[in-house]
Amino acid sequence: MILADVAYYEAWWIQVIKAIVIFAVALQLVPVILIAERKLLGRFQGRYGPNRVGPYGALQPLADILKLLTKEQSRPSTSIGFLFAVAPMISILTAVAAFAIIPFGDVQNIFGTPVGLYGIDVSIGPLYLFAFGAVAFYGIMLGGWSSGSKYSFLGAMRGAAQLISYEVSQGLALVGVIFTAGTLSLTGIVHAQAGMWYVVPQFFGFIIFLVAGFAETNRAPFDLTEADAELVGGYNTEFGGGRFASYFFAEYLNVLVVSGIVTTVFLGGWMMPFGIHPPGWVDPFVVLFKMALLSFFFIWVRATLPRLRYDQLMSFGWKILLPLATLNTLVTAILVTVTH
Amino acid sequence: MPWDPGKDVIEVVRGPRPGAAGGTYRAFGETLRGLKTTFARMIEGPHTIQYPEQKVPVYPRFRGRHKLHRFDSSDPAHPGLEKCVGCSLCAAACPADCIRVVAAENTPENRVSAGERYAVVYEINLSRCIFCGYCEIACPFDAITMGHDYELSDYNRSDLIFTKEMLLAEPVERTPLRNEGE
Repeated sequence: MILADVAYYEAWWIQVIKAIVIFAVALQLVPVILIAERKLLGRFQGRYGPNRVGPYGALQPLADILKLLTKEQSRPSTSIGFLFAVAPMISILTAVAAFAIIPFGDVQNIFGTPVGLYGIDVSIGPLYLFAFGAVAFYGIMLGGWSSGSKYSFLGAMRGAAQLISYEVSQGLALVGVIFTAGTLSLTGIVHAQAGMWYVVPQFFGFIIFLVAGFAETNRAPFDLTEADAELVGGYNTEFGGGRFASYFFAEYLNVLVVSGIVTTVFLGGWMMPFGIHPPGWVDPFVVLFKMALLSFFFIWVRATLPRLRYDQLMSFGWKILLPLATLNTLVTAILVTVTH
Repeated sequence: MPWDPGKDVIEVVRGPRPGAAGGTYRAFGETLRGLKTTFARMIEGPHTIQYPEQKVPVYPRFRGRHKLHRFDSSDPAHPGLEKCVGCSLCAAACPADCIRVVAAENTPENRVSAGERYAVVYEINLSRCIFCGYCEIACPFDAITMGHDYELSDYNRSDLIFTKEMLLAEPVERTPLRNEGE
């Protein structure tokens, strides 16, 4: 039985093990980025951040998660019960599913069995990502709507508008890379970057994708969905306990997914710069290091930029980002046609 | 026809029109500048003081919890006697009305203070006290002074009523004192 379309035979049990390993890795990365964000935000603001729980506050995420999970699951009487329970699950599911296509390394020989260090190498890589990105928006939308609260609803509506506007630019930013690489497979795109990382020839694509990525993950300065100054908590106002933890988990996992995709598509995936070719087991660490750098950038931007106004967000997305992305695609298309 | 403010009016300086391509370019530059600023703050390191472990030293004239005083045991005239004579001037001066003094006569068998009378009861309700220091000024014998201790939280309101024994006891110096020129 073959679960995914790969170029070589991979037994079904290998894929099951890989699925479990990827979920476990994702689960371990989220507390790390959680504490990293709180510590770094503290440093950016001239304070220490959490430093009471465990050595240097390292156990803070554990305490946070335990607190959230032991809380009462409350639900407003105006909410729609089934959707209210399902919406956070959709968010978390799509985040983990998108994580599956990030390649952490090439096909490795583990005890004589070829194993690709990624969940699945889908032949439609970016489309898979955007498909799950589109489903992820249902998590926010249904969560906000089923809460039966005005603030949640407003947050969800903003989220919907924002995601739709920025997904277009994000997609167009990737089209340039796909033209150049000539493949939709993410491992194929990484292999195509052996000579030069795409961040150099596709610099504008990189910037556009990164900016749109901020909007896709609802992170500052595009965190209008949970604009706490005006919307209490946005779409997750009415959520508490484990369900809120799910949304939180999904948000941070989305940061990691966007970091991973940017790493794969623009920063050469598991490739090291200056032609260094380390043994295969180093690859995942190279990818994780690049992801960590990008996550740091996410936190850095959050510490720097104030939230955009809603009309600014819309005009930025449609009047600046989209034309730039289109222009980038056009120029790349012309260059690719001319040079080939 | 638009209103002409005349020549004497200060010219209004308008910024560049937002929203255009130039505005985007400027916004990008300003974003980079902001990123540089926050990064510099991170390099600078934290400025906070980790309170229970680190404390800001207080100045010598800081008005903390009160202290009652005795004469030195080596004092020739009245060794080890209390300075307070129970005159209640502190209680009269107290704007928060938190001091209660009950005076009694000194007898040859029971000599507590240097004067004719002494304070049998001397209580300060620190949950009422505003730490103005008027009691210190009112006292004719310097029997009461303001100390340096400001860590006065307790689990019970009644525990904040300090009795004479507590005020006379050698205070635990929990607060660092700022030295000259520090």
